[in-house]
Amino acid sequence: MLKYLFAKNEDIPSGSAAIFFGFSAIVWFVIGTGMGSYNAAKLAFPDFVTGSELFSFGHMRQVHVMIVIFGWISMAFAMAMMYITPALGNNKLWSEKLGLWNCMLWNIGLTLGLTVLWAGVTSGREYSDFPWPVDLYLASCVFIPLGINVWMTIINRRTQGIYTTNWFFAAATFMVIIVFLVGNLPEFFHLTGLTEAYLTWWFAHNVLGLWITPVAAAIAYYTIPKVTGNPLYSHRIGHLHFWSVVVFYSTPAAHHLMSAPLPEWLKSFASVEGVLILVPAIAFVSNILLTMQGKWHMFVENIEVRFTVTGCLMAIPLNMQGGFQQTRAINWYIHGTGWIVAHAHLALLGFSTFLEVAAVYYGLQSIMKRKLYSITLANLHFWLLLIGFTTYWVSMTIAGLIQGAGKIYEVPYIDVVIAEHPYMIARWLGGSMVFTGNVLWLYNMWMTARKGTVVPQGRLPHELAYER
Amino acid sequence: MAGFREYKIGSKMFGIALGGSMTITLFFPSINIASVSSTDIALTKQLEMGHETGFNLDDPMLLGWNKPLGVTLKTDPKTGQALASDTVVFVYKKGTSFPAGILHPRILGEGIQQLSVEQGHVGDARKDVGAVFTLSKGTYQGKQYTYIENLTATKGWTPSDVMHVAKDEDVSNAGKGKTMFVREGCWWCHTLLPEETQDWQVFGAPPMLGDFNGESPTAFGSDRKAPDLLHVGSRNSSKEWMMMHFFNPRLVQPHSIMPRFDYLWGEKDASGNKIDFVKWRAEYDEYREGKRVTPPDVPSYASDSEIRGLIDFILSLK
Repeated sequence: MLKYLFAKNEDIPSGSAAIFFGFSAIVWFVIGTGMGSYNAAKLAFPDFVTGSELFSFGHMRQVHVMIVIFGWISMAFAMAMMYITPALGNNKLWSEKLGLWNCMLWNIGLTLGLTVLWAGVTSGREYSDFPWPVDLYLASCVFIPLGINVWMTIINRRTQGIYTTNWFFAAATFMVIIVFLVGNLPEFFHLTGLTEAYLTWWFAHNVLGLWITPVAAAIAYYTIPKVTGNPLYSHRIGHLHFWSVVVFYSTPAAHHLMSAPLPEWLKSFASVEGVLILVPAIAFVSNILLTMQGKWHMFVENIEVRFTVTGCLMAIPLNMQGGFQQTRAINWYIHGTGWIVAHAHLALLGFSTFLEVAAVYYGLQSIMKRKLYSITLANLHFWLLLIGFTTYWVSMTIAGLIQGAGKIYEVPYIDVVIAEHPYMIARWLGGSMVFTGNVLWLYNMWMTARKGTVVPQGRLPHELAYER
Repeated sequence: MAGFREYKIGSKMFGIALGGSMTITLFFPSINIASVSSTDIALTKQLEMGHETGFNLDDPMLLGWNKPLGVTLKTDPKTGQALASDTVVFVYKKGTSFPAGILHPRILGEGIQQLSVEQGHVGDARKDVGAVFTLSKGTYQGKQYTYIENLTATKGWTPSDVMHVAKDEDVSNAGKGKTMFVREGCWWCHTLLPEETQDWQVFGAPPMLGDFNGESPTAFGSDRKAPDLLHVGSRNSSKEWMMMHFFNPRLVQPHSIMPRFDYLWGEKDASGNKIDFVKWRAEYDEYREGKRVTPPDVPSYASDSEIRGLIDFILSLK
């Protein structure tokens, strides 16, 4: 890849940026989940690696979160945008060179940002932990170039209409820049007090609602019709999904701070809007599952469809939790407990990750024109991710309910810690399975690039999956 | 751009929809939040913690540089005479940035702002010479308020005057400690915001509107794996207990899953001797295996150590 950084744009083969982003994303995923597993071990066994500042839980927890959001998920998004946006516009990516530089600067900036964050240089704000110079770098060298490339590719498309996926890509790349710049205002201009607290969660909520959720869904809108060969069930339901994301998902930030002294009208408003998140969620899930009509055998046979549909199915419990757990009736019980940690992993590791994994599998095979090196390893990857995640989610949900009960029955805190211990071990085992699966994935994709069977012109890689 | 008319309409609709969301979730709340007056807690907290306890250019590595000191004065630093009652003052040495309430008194709220500016002379405080602040009571338009007084302007007390008469045990490094609280990620497990209802009976009253003016970061925390700390100083004010608990939480609570923060002691103990962590850990392991009757003694911390600041901060959470 590096040899193309200074080549002329027209000399760079199509898809180079997507390949660079794809492998970068997988490497970050391995590091991020490895760190998650390490952190979980610390919670289960507090004296595991002790007496070192850098390897203490408080220094590594945020690094895990930032890697999976800005390394794995966002880079997998960029990878998908680099090949899906031009494919749907029947043209080439506006600039492969910008894409390659974007990926290069992204990797460098993220590495530096995570290094200082690991050393404890933090803004002290959850999800916007990076100090403000890193935030400015991420906005200017990561999200703005990405947005320019996506927008210019869509503007220069050779189709008349724009397909659903590209609406979402265009809107989300624009919204994430706004969210990044507005959400970090407290750091840029030293806003303090409740403003700082509220904007912290405004950022945290919107980076999930206006970036991670819609882009992940947009990817599924491409993968499922493309791989199954079925047209999207309903363009109109896609519209409903898109507009309800913009209108409803951009507003419930305050529901993260239900016990803080924010204006009561704001909390109530956020709570009601939070329930309305079910509108885009149901629209999305039903649209994807109905697109599967007549092709359900592919759920068993095809690795991309299996990942995507599993991710969509996980969106059902995810949004049922998400819609109702933030209402006052439920929030007081589960707020601040492991239930929320389980929910966050259901969103990012269950729903979102499964959709991106499919896009990376499909994209890397079709751009490199190489059949997957080993379908067995891919199956193992799927099951390690699914079983590992499920173990994690079930154990953390139970731990959360224990914490909630301990809270309302005024149980001495240490008894709650003791009761949670077995679930902390289960959480660590689940996380370690996910990490192991990702190591296998990295190996599998690397071998696909080196040794995968060449896919002949005019064939799709998954059509050859079971041929020797 | 091969555009449909629909896309032009769509772009406008998108602008209206997102703009509407931003108006409701950013502009309207900002009007409410801007009208909140500082409580006494907020005034104390911002003078105690200073300008910023997360990343900032005065303390880029979060080592506790350029933080104010809280000093309990028993004597007048100018005359040396005993004061009628102990007075808590906040010393901003030369080069220490002032908190938001001094730089922008508007955030203090009606009454407090006017009193702090007119009677407290906070506008005269200068970063290049430093200043000493305290909280005073005053009356504005018939109502009593607590306001910030710049003692350097009103009484001529300079930071060096105050530090000259202050004994080490009267000095609080809570500002440095809050920085440690943020850097070490204490807030990943300990919240500073009690949960609703029953939680308030165990961990104390929830914070009030206006308790946060001028504080940054607020570090409420969200993922609570340990007791809330908003009022921890009222529940447990023992420095000795805190010291053991930070060095190795299992010394005082065998089932704790808190990490050991022994590294915050630094290289040397209170008497300047090098701390032998390897030996301590080996002896502790022997104790845990039943080969020793008592655990090894926790070294006392040096007065400029990071743990001193952190303990001062934790005990300041009343």
